[in-house]
Amino acid sequence: MQLFDWTRRGFIAVLGAAALSGLAPALQAQTPPGVLIVGQIAEPKALDPAAVTAVNDFRILMNVYDGLVRYKSGTLEVEPALATSWTISEDGTEYTFKLREGVTFHDGSALTADVVKFNFDRMLQDDHPYHDTGPFPLSFFFSSIDATEVVDPLTVKFTLSAPYAPFLSNLAYPTGLIVSQAAVEKFGADFGRNPSGTGPFKFAEWRSNEAVVVERNPDYWDGAPSLEAVVFRPITDANTRTAEMLAGGIDLMVEVPPVALSQFQGDAFSVVEQAGPHVWFLILNAKEGPFANKLVRQAANYAVNKGALVNDVLEGTAEVAAGPTPPAFAWAYNDALEPYPYDPEKARALLAEAGEEDLSLTFYVTEGGSGMLDPVAMGTAIQADLEAVGFDVKIETYEWNTFLGNVNPGLEGKADMAEMAWMTNDPDTLPFLALRTEAWPDKGGFNSGYYSNPEVDTLLEEARVATDQAERAALYKKMQVIVQEDAPWVFVANWKQNAVTSDKVEHFALEPSFFLLLKDVVKN
Amino acid sequence: MGAYILRRLISAIPVLLGITVIVFAIMEMIPGDPATAILGSYATPENVEKLNRELGLDKPAVQRYFIWLGNMLTGDFGQSYALNRPVLDEVLERFGATLILAGVAFVLCSGLGVLAGVVSAARQYGPADRAITFVVLLGISIPSFFLGMMMILLFAVKLRWLPVSGMYAIYGGGDLQDLLRHLVMPASALAVVATGVIARLSRGAMLEVLRQDFIRTARAKGVPERRVIQGHALRAAMVGIIPVLGIQAGFVLSGAVYIEMVFQWPGVGRMLVDAILKRDILLVQGGVVFVAACYVLFNIVVDVAQSLLDPRIKT
Repeated sequence: MQLFDWTRRGFIAVLGAAALSGLAPALQAQTPPGVLIVGQIAEPKALDPAAVTAVNDFRILMNVYDGLVRYKSGTLEVEPALATSWTISEDGTEYTFKLREGVTFHDGSALTADVVKFNFDRMLQDDHPYHDTGPFPLSFFFSSIDATEVVDPLTVKFTLSAPYAPFLSNLAYPTGLIVSQAAVEKFGADFGRNPSGTGPFKFAEWRSNEAVVVERNPDYWDGAPSLEAVVFRPITDANTRTAEMLAGGIDLMVEVPPVALSQFQGDAFSVVEQAGPHVWFLILNAKEGPFANKLVRQAANYAVNKGALVNDVLEGTAEVAAGPTPPAFAWAYNDALEPYPYDPEKARALLAEAGEEDLSLTFYVTEGGSGMLDPVAMGTAIQADLEAVGFDVKIETYEWNTFLGNVNPGLEGKADMAEMAWMTNDPDTLPFLALRTEAWPDKGGFNSGYYSNPEVDTLLEEARVATDQAERAALYKKMQVIVQEDAPWVFVANWKQNAVTSDKVEHFALEPSFFLLLKDVVKN
Repeated sequence: MGAYILRRLISAIPVLLGITVIVFAIMEMIPGDPATAILGSYATPENVEKLNRELGLDKPAVQRYFIWLGNMLTGDFGQSYALNRPVLDEVLERFGATLILAGVAFVLCSGLGVLAGVVSAARQYGPADRAITFVVLLGISIPSFFLGMMMILLFAVKLRWLPVSGMYAIYGGGDLQDLLRHLVMPASALAVVATGVIARLSRGAMLEVLRQDFIRTARAKGVPERRVIQGHALRAAMVGIIPVLGIQAGFVLSGAVYIEMVFQWPGVGRMLVDAILKRDILLVQGGVVFVAACYVLFNIVVDVAQSLLDPRIKT
């Protein structure tokens, strides 16, 4: 009997110790007031705005830096930020910016025209002494800049090689955020871990794989924020992120999985939604196979039940897309455009009219990826819809990088259809890169389905050089009508970005730009 | 003995070289490259080529392999593309976290497993044996990541006794108690399966020993049952149990990958998964080589220790 007694004592001791270590500190401490803890989807790469590409990193950067211009709250239209005003030359190639007086970086250095010039030269000139603090993957946003000149200490002039209408909105993009020259010179390649900007929050600490902490900048030129600090925690697993939110470990969670939204229905949380400049579509191979025929492409648009996709598969986290331009670009969006209705009868009629014998399709589906929402489930639903009207669809699924490696060089000889999604900052970007004849893959663009319509080409080129917004808007609206009719894509969904906050968080809103701006947020 | 250790160390060199070739070749063969991963939607052939050139990926593969190998011999594992920091810093930091998690789980599963096995064997077919066997089989059958999620829902979300994820509290943490609180769930979830396996095999090893003559002799001589079990039987059974522990140590280490994902433990397994998805070539290569080297070294240590303990093993 002795042995049993001994082990029983042992068990009790072990269990007791385990229980004590777990129970001793009572309930989990809540997050402190004034400090907002944000559940991010990944560890940032760097906090150097010129060096990063991920929306996840932008969420931090937009709170630490300012650009010359920024998007007016709730819109995608630019307004002054570090620049108080600007003029554009008649021919649209010279942009002169007047800088705000008395703005200093978090490291104490002053914002001057020299610093602005340094920022763009660093990114664009291969022989710049600090070009090696890169690489700068998105520097092509500013490749139209021929020269940056300092006119006087608070005036800077950009000369473009050709008129380029998206220039201003590219300056509002995170790649155009202005960094401290002094800090780059001091830290060199380590600047990305020792950032210094002019924004409402200043960088405090980066604990690898744990948190990035930013603190209130009391001297912010646009009014100091009310939060004392913001902590960005990388939590890559969506289920774990949801559990942290439910347990009170974080105050704000971005990119809530659609299936988890129902968990946050109570009073303890609020769900925030905002449609953004996102479009989810199917690229159709217009060069060969059944989709070379416009009627078949239109039939596919009628056959896919987009309403069911956004409501059932995506649980209402997206809206049905009507055309190639997302409604979030309010000024450039054509309100008159109605989405292709779900009409399998019409699809069958169009297919009969087209008289295509062979309706077998190869469909590239990805497992995941930036902005791709729920690509496997969506792909399967689309396959079923297309088969219901007479297509024979074979799905090939690829991991995201492999998928891009297959799709971006063009679908010719490989597939008839591929999923794709884009998030852009200007109505020019996506159609210019993915719908023009000059954007076919062999010419370095993303027109992987080989759509070509000279009229669309002309409209897009005219819109790009027009500096008058009303004129640009008219051109884009016309383009949308033609592209919808030509149906180079199946237009599926516009994603509504979502976030959940706890009941202690106030004044939080999402922006159509998908940026996370925390200056006015209050945490009780 | 010195010569034996030296011989084993030298024989590890071709193993490690082989690993560098294999991991380099695999990263070379999988489709997609870091530039495509970094640029995402903007990965035009032109942009990809430019970025690859800036990342030094435009050279032929063989040349890149030898540059990488040469740098590694001087202790330079390169720079991670996705994290923008030295590979070795990241790997060392992450490996430390994994060691803590796997180490605690290993201590848990060896202690509890052997204990449960011994009790089972000593009370064969008794109620204690049946109860332990039932719990152990249940533990072996539950996937650890599922168990982990269920634990989070119960202990962190419902009861709020323990933190959901991470290694330290964001505020006011950082001490040993904080670490332990974060460790309880992942270490237990990780230990469950191994505990079951160890318990079953320890029970078998003990039963075998308990049937032997010297045990009967000891009992006949009136040695107290407790000393028979602990002093005579367990000692003899350990020869069979130790190799099982060695194998389970490997399982615990590899099982840590899932657990690290579920509990967002900043360990090397989660790091490798992220790095592979981002095509962070140097981080994957450096991480794998480092972990493999530790594994090889660990094996040598175990072999040496065993030869010291058991004179029947020739050095």
